[in-house]
Amino acid sequence: MADPKITLEQVLHVAKLARLTLSDQEARQMQEQLDAILGYMEGLDDLDVSEVPPTFHSIPMDAPLRPDVPERCSDRAETLAQAPASEAGGYAVPLVLEVDS
Amino acid sequence: MSGFPWQSAFEVREQVAAGSVSAVEVTRAYLARAEALNPTLSCFLTIDHEGALAAAAQVDHKRAAGEALGPLAGVPIAVKDNLCTRGVRTTCASKILGEYIPPYDAHVVEALRASGAVLLGKTNLDEFAMGSSNENSAFANVHNPWALDRAPGGSSGGSAAATAAGLAPLALGSDTGGSVRQPAAFCGITAIKPTYGRVSRYGLVAFASSLDQVGPMARSVREASQLLEVVAGHDRRDATSAERGTGAYLAACDRGVNGLRVGVVRDLIDGLQDADVRASVEAALGALEQEGAVLVDVALPHAKHAVSVYYLIATAEASSNLARFDGIRYGLRVPGKDLTETYTNTRAEGFGPEVRRRIMLGTYALSAGYYDAFYLKAQRVRTLIRRDYDMAFERCDVVCTPTTPTPAFALGEKTSDPLEMYLADIFTLPPSLAGLPAISTPSGLSAGGLPVGLQLVAPPFEEEVLCSVSQAVEDQCGLLSKRPAALP
Repeated sequence: MADPKITLEQVLHVAKLARLTLSDQEARQMQEQLDAILGYMEGLDDLDVSEVPPTFHSIPMDAPLRPDVPERCSDRAETLAQAPASEAGGYAVPLVLEVDS
Repeated sequence: MSGFPWQSAFEVREQVAAGSVSAVEVTRAYLARAEALNPTLSCFLTIDHEGALAAAAQVDHKRAAGEALGPLAGVPIAVKDNLCTRGVRTTCASKILGEYIPPYDAHVVEALRASGAVLLGKTNLDEFAMGSSNENSAFANVHNPWALDRAPGGSSGGSAAATAAGLAPLALGSDTGGSVRQPAAFCGITAIKPTYGRVSRYGLVAFASSLDQVGPMARSVREASQLLEVVAGHDRRDATSAERGTGAYLAACDRGVNGLRVGVVRDLIDGLQDADVRASVEAALGALEQEGAVLVDVALPHAKHAVSVYYLIATAEASSNLARFDGIRYGLRVPGKDLTETYTNTRAEGFGPEVRRRIMLGTYALSAGYYDAFYLKAQRVRTLIRRDYDMAFERCDVVCTPTTPTPAFALGEKTSDPLEMYLADIFTLPPSLAGLPAISTPSGLSAGGLPVGLQLVAPPFEEEVLCSVSQAVEDQCGLLSKRPAALP
């Protein structure tokens, strides 16, 4: 059997990069499915595109600047109402730094 | 109210403007129909009684005061649940946004409100618009009104099924790789994927930012064209919004096809395995020729690579866009022992299998050592697909293919094999990758009584010619006189 396009180890590494957790069974299934998809995508290797420029934007356009004028932004209370946790007019977030007091 | 629930958006507006029925009465009737049929079809994730009746009352008030009414005054519309609606839950059919209430309206939602349209509610979709059958919704499967055991298509399956079932004359969806066109084909309605940049993406929850567009959906070409006129145009809050106005899409429907050159992608059509789809396309082409169009053969030699290219580019962009769902600023938070575990717990519980699969594929394609081999290569092949169209448009005004290789497949038929599901997108992906405007309009029914869709593709910002040609298809082969068989 040909080498897999992606190994279980690589799947677990990518999951870590993407901040996803996978159970053992999910990881095995993910490996099989990604292997099949990446195997199909090998068809692109039939094309020599080394001289072809990439298309990052299908429709050419400039990146415009908006006029530098102050304007109303979203309402703070309405926006914070959607936060998982808020405190004193700000987002309450998990501790990222330990500080000795 | 005459013609309910099958009257057109134009008829609804006319009756409301003439005062033969109030917008509130129209809205009540559609809300009742939505409540009655939603348990069977699962088109809506949220039905907004209060908001809809308030908007309708405002239209009636304006009319009573003698004020001018907008082009969609009193017309009920269903809006895909990945378009932000201020004060109304917007879930993207994902658990991670299950209770999210946006503090702002999407640009297209503002445009709808200004036009007098009445937003009935938010429609079901594949989670974050990732899917082709609506089976990736975290909440419910949508059923096709033509056959309840069939998929409505995706990802705008709720919008397509709602329109087909007479739950609303109009709907908005979004299209990244075919997400308004494919469900329109499966449900027997018309949908337009505008040129990239034609409609503002402000307030459309991002999936793949270089491909996403909002698209109008309706039972007739004229209604879809009118809706496009309302939502198109420049908006500075979307940096990729084209600095162009809207077009005369409705007027274009009456222009006819005399002398227009229709490009026929012969090898794709001859290669169709499904005899009904092939016969339906041939019949539509014959009808267009009868109406004075000229058929010319064109080729899209790189279209066969579109599935690979799309599922690398779209997933790469998705993996980046969906990084924002981390349980910090909005949406679900599942706390862990530290910050990293809070991220991973939240994302593991919040995202469904297809979204996780695409994030994984996209992260892999962008990761160190694989970027050149996958992502960059896909962007180079994308150029070849774009050039195929440039060549084709030297010989024709529109390029014609079917929208899908088969009519609606059965619910559950493709769920165990993601690659199989992706391959069914083969016809809708090439124009998306090239940023081109495309329309799907019904070209008839299969022997089994399922709708078949015809896809037409035009050069950038040439949506008007799509309206002209599809109107001719609708006149000759359309389904306007037919009703979905599975409806009670």
